[in-house]
Amino acid sequence: MAEKLLEIKNLKQHFNVGKGNTVKAVDGITFDIYKGETLGLVGESGCGKSTTGRTIIRLYDATDGQVLFNGEDVHGKKSAKELKKFNRKMQMIFQDPYASLNPRMTVADIIAEGIDIHGLAKDKKERIEKVYELLETVGLNKEHANRYPHEFSGGQRQRIGIARALAVDPDFIIADEPISALDVSIQAQVVNLMKKLQREKGLTYLFIAHDLSMVKYISDRIGVMYFGKLVELASAEDLYNNPMHLYTQSLLSAIPLPDPDTERTRKRVSYDPKVHNYSDKEQVEMREIVPGHYVYCSEKEAQTFKAQYVK
Amino acid sequence: MEKILEVKDLEVSFQTYGGSVKAVRGVSFDLHKGETLAIVGESGSGKSVTSQTIMKLIPMPPGKITGGQILFNGDDIVPKTEKQMEKIRGKEISMIFQDPMTSLNPTMKIGTQIMEGLIKHQNMSKQAAKTRAVELLNLVGIPMPERRVNQYPHEFSGGMRQRAMIAIALAANPKLLIADEPTTALDVTIQAQILDLMKDLQSKMDTSIIFITHDLGVVANVADRVAVMYAGQIVEMGTVDEIFYDPRHPYTWGLLASMPSLDNDNKADLAAIPGTPPDLTNPPKGDAFAARNQYALAIDFEEEPPMYQISETHFAKTWLLHPDAPKVEPPEAVKKRMRQLSSTFDQAVLMKEGK
Repeated sequence: MAEKLLEIKNLKQHFNVGKGNTVKAVDGITFDIYKGETLGLVGESGCGKSTTGRTIIRLYDATDGQVLFNGEDVHGKKSAKELKKFNRKMQMIFQDPYASLNPRMTVADIIAEGIDIHGLAKDKKERIEKVYELLETVGLNKEHANRYPHEFSGGQRQRIGIARALAVDPDFIIADEPISALDVSIQAQVVNLMKKLQREKGLTYLFIAHDLSMVKYISDRIGVMYFGKLVELASAEDLYNNPMHLYTQSLLSAIPLPDPDTERTRKRVSYDPKVHNYSDKEQVEMREIVPGHYVYCSEKEAQTFKAQYVK
Repeated sequence: MEKILEVKDLEVSFQTYGGSVKAVRGVSFDLHKGETLAIVGESGSGKSVTSQTIMKLIPMPPGKITGGQILFNGDDIVPKTEKQMEKIRGKEISMIFQDPMTSLNPTMKIGTQIMEGLIKHQNMSKQAAKTRAVELLNLVGIPMPERRVNQYPHEFSGGMRQRAMIAIALAANPKLLIADEPTTALDVTIQAQILDLMKDLQSKMDTSIIFITHDLGVVANVADRVAVMYAGQIVEMGTVDEIFYDPRHPYTWGLLASMPSLDNDNKADLAAIPGTPPDLTNPPKGDAFAARNQYALAIDFEEEPPMYQISETHFAKTWLLHPDAPKVEPPEAVKKRMRQLSSTFDQAVLMKEGK
């Protein structure tokens, strides 16, 4: 699993909101995504997690920094042919299954759009067979192919979105809050489906969400974002057992659990960025505290974290 | 304890081109003073319609209350006219809506929106109402309320807007507060603050709360009692401990098992409930959940199960509690949380008609 599929280096995405004001939605984040893993990205709304996903897939042009996919830069000037190649390898599943499917296209056309663009089917027969196969993979059936999106429930639409993403045989899928708009009982169905597809097709996921319990469940590693910065990155287990950054601790302490006894005794930690009290001289950056566990902190804090770490 | 609200056999349907949709099919529950009742269920289960009917906020037509009673302080509000309802809404019963982004008026100052209810229901002068509005904003934890009161909703963040909405709902000291997914649109950290705030205000004002949500974590945090709704009916109801530690209905099992817990290993698949909820234009014969229920018995497809009583406060609507029903094992994830509760009857008792 040591093979890197994606390297994100000092990625920045600033939006100009007029009058010389810029919003630093993503402000210099660096991480790698390994082949076959699921990297979860969590944080509160407005922290830049969705922007990160969208910049990686080039829906936005990055302000600065690099995204290397299999060693090649995603951004920068590209010929149409090169772009097409990237678009095939990277796909996205969107948050809102109601808004992300064209209401005037049939399910078959929605799913086959990528197949058509990339010329993956020789003739009509092969095209429709591919659609049927994809529908079956995501747990729908053939009869659904000629219907329109409004005829489906939220969970079923999300399955169509997944089928569309899978149509071009991607290596890497960015799932931007794929289950937030769904009911609890349906969320589990979609998550199980995503896990099954990962096992069968060796997919790599970037899973963006704010539901921490679901992220913990699906992810191998988790990155926590706060105001455009990645503040902590670790394996899912380690992050939950040894949260180091104060923001991560506060985030974890806020998850409501379906257990009345723990809820009665719950203690919440609140986070105020001022507590760090960094002086100008201190260099604040991502530091590896224990192998694979990175925290955004100063040298002094890193020493404390190392001392406090419990196996 | 004093009963503030009694809902008896409530039935609501909506006329559509496809036929009449029976959104609420015989719901009964009561609510005591100062108590929080959580209603859980997936979308389309009728939980929002039930609560909106209590305030008579459903559009009529196409909506229609086809049966039942809603006794608020012993007074049936079903036959009340729109004019009479205006005296109750915002004064006796208020509501916090799901989406703080769209349910505030963007062209009115926050302060004016809070003052509206005060001036209408409590005959306050504009001056007094404004002072009270500042107090309320302070109460819900908005910093610098004197300045905030003159701002517009777009100048507030999502969490702040939800606080402002709570301030509006609490303005006239209502006896009953209906919160329809008040935290679903918010982040976990903000959600935690809002929940703490609501609990805090409840203890100060002794308000009763109906809390509608599909997040079982939130339920465990806020609720005293829980009602689980499916396809327009309450399928299980009990205290929060009874629902989380001794659930009896297969649908409740399904809901609990489909949530990942933070300490489980993530190798096993989540126990998803297969399929989708039924179409309520033609509710299925027998138990509405039967088609998605791996524990369904033959009788589930024939006859609707009656309500069984498991303890003084715990009720479930499933044939599995019938004395002749086979013993079934709940899913692994649910078994882990099961524990013996002292209040449970030795044998589930069939509830008599008319309760």
